[in-house]
Amino acid sequence: MNLHQSVLQGDRLALARLLTEIENDSAAGQQALNELFKNTGKAHLIGVTGAPGTGKSSLVNQLALHFRNPTNGDAARRVAVVAVDPTSPFTGGAVLGDRVRMRELSGDDGVFIRSMATRGSLGGLAAATAGLVQALDAAGYEIIFIETVGAGQTEVDIAKLAHTTLVVNVPGLGDDVQAIKAGILEIADILVLNKADRPGVEAAERALLGMLKLGHPTKRTIMHHGQAQTVESTDAEISGDMWIPPIRRTVATDGKGIPELAEAIAGHRLHLEKTGDWKLRDRARLESEVETLLQQSLVSRWRENVNAKKYEAMLEQLLARELSPRQAVAAMLNGDTAQ
Amino acid sequence: MPEKKIRVLVAKPGLDGHDRGAKVIARALRDAGMEVIYTGLRQTPEMIAEAALQEDVDAVGLSILSGAHMALVPRVVELLRKNGQDKVRVFVGGIIPDEDAPKLRELGVAGIYGPGSLTQKIIDDIRNSVRQAA
Repeated sequence: MNLHQSVLQGDRLALARLLTEIENDSAAGQQALNELFKNTGKAHLIGVTGAPGTGKSSLVNQLALHFRNPTNGDAARRVAVVAVDPTSPFTGGAVLGDRVRMRELSGDDGVFIRSMATRGSLGGLAAATAGLVQALDAAGYEIIFIETVGAGQTEVDIAKLAHTTLVVNVPGLGDDVQAIKAGILEIADILVLNKADRPGVEAAERALLGMLKLGHPTKRTIMHHGQAQTVESTDAEISGDMWIPPIRRTVATDGKGIPELAEAIAGHRLHLEKTGDWKLRDRARLESEVETLLQQSLVSRWRENVNAKKYEAMLEQLLARELSPRQAVAAMLNGDTAQ
Repeated sequence: MPEKKIRVLVAKPGLDGHDRGAKVIARALRDAGMEVIYTGLRQTPEMIAEAALQEDVDAVGLSILSGAHMALVPRVVELLRKNGQDKVRVFVGGIIPDEDAPKLRELGVAGIYGPGSLTQKIIDDIRNSVRQAA
C-alpha cells in the first residue's frame, strides 16, 4: 500500500514516516503530499507564538485537553500539534523539549504531537511546516496547533500559516513588551496573558490594551472598515465585521481561563467564516506557498543550464568592477552564461 | 543532499527523579548534530513508545537509575516492535548491574552505559547503529 493510502486509513506510523519524508523534502514525501492535497483544507490551523518561557507548550497542552474533552457539550475533536524549536546554528543539532509539557496528552489516539527543528533554512522551514500541516490535515486532525518561539521573521512566517494566531504574553516582561509590539503583536488574532496568577497582570493587560489601540490603524483594520478615520471611534461605533483581538487571561499550569480562551478561538473561527476571511486566508496561504515553490524551482531549473566557466568569468568581471550585480543578473537572464 | 538527520528520543522511564544524566546525553547528542526529542521525567513505557512513533525516531535512549530496568526496558522494546518500529535502536544508561547486561542485549538493546561512559562513545555507537539499521 502507498504511504498516502496508509495515512488516509489512519496508520499512525505511516503518518509519522510521511512527516519525516516531508521534513527531508524527499521525492516520496512530495509525491504523497500531491496525492493527499485534495484531502486537505478542513482543519482549523492555530498558530501559537510568543517569547521563550511564556508557557506556549503548557497552553497548547491545556487547549488540546479541552478540545478532546469539551466542557460545553461540543463534540471532541482530533488534535495535532507541530512544535517547532530552533536548530543550533553551530552544530546543526537540536533539543526538542515541548513534549515535556504535553505529557497529559499521552495515550490518546485522537492526539498526534510532532516536534520539529528549524534546521536553519528560512524559506525551507515555512515550506516544511506547511507540508507537515497538510499531511496532518489530510490524516483527519481537525485542530492543528503550530507552536513556534516568536523571536523573528521566520516564526512570523510560520504563524502566517494559521487561520487563528495566538500571541502569548506574561506579566512582568516590562520593556520586552515594548520590544515585541512592532513585530509579532500585529499578527495576533487573540492575545493570551498567561501566568495570570502572577503579580503585575493588570499592568500587563493595560499595556496590551494600549498597544491594541495603537495597533488599530493598520492595514487589516482599514481594509475591513473602509476608512481610516473610523478607527479612532469608540467600541459602540465599530462595525460587526471588524475583529478586535481579545485579551484572555490564563494560568496554563492549572487550566484556569482555558475554556474562555477556547471560546475566543471558536469565536474567531466563526468570524472568519462569516466575513469570508477563512477563504481569503486560505487563498493567501496557498498563494505564498506556490510563490515560494515557484522561486525555488525557477532558480534550480535555471542553474541546470548554467555553464560553470562562463559563470566564473562573470564573477571575475564583477570583481573587476566591469559589471554591476544588476547588469550581471540581466546578462545571465539573457542567457550569456548558458551552456 | 545532506545526510539524513538522526532523531533520538531521550526518556526517563520509571520513578526516580535524577535527570542530570539524561540531560547531559541530550545536550551531547545535540552538539553532535542530532535532533533530540526530550520527554522528561516519569514516563511510562507506553508514553515512550507513543512518542517514539509520533516522532519517527531512529533511536531511543532510556535513562534508568531506579533499578527497575529489567521491568521497564523489555516493555519499551516490546511496544516499539508491536508498533512496527523494529528498526529503532534502543540504548540504556544509568545504573545497570553487569549481570543484567547480557539479558538486555539479548532483548536487542544496542548499548548499555554506566557511570563514567564517554559521551563520544555513545555518539559514535548511535551513529553506527542507526546507519546499520537503515
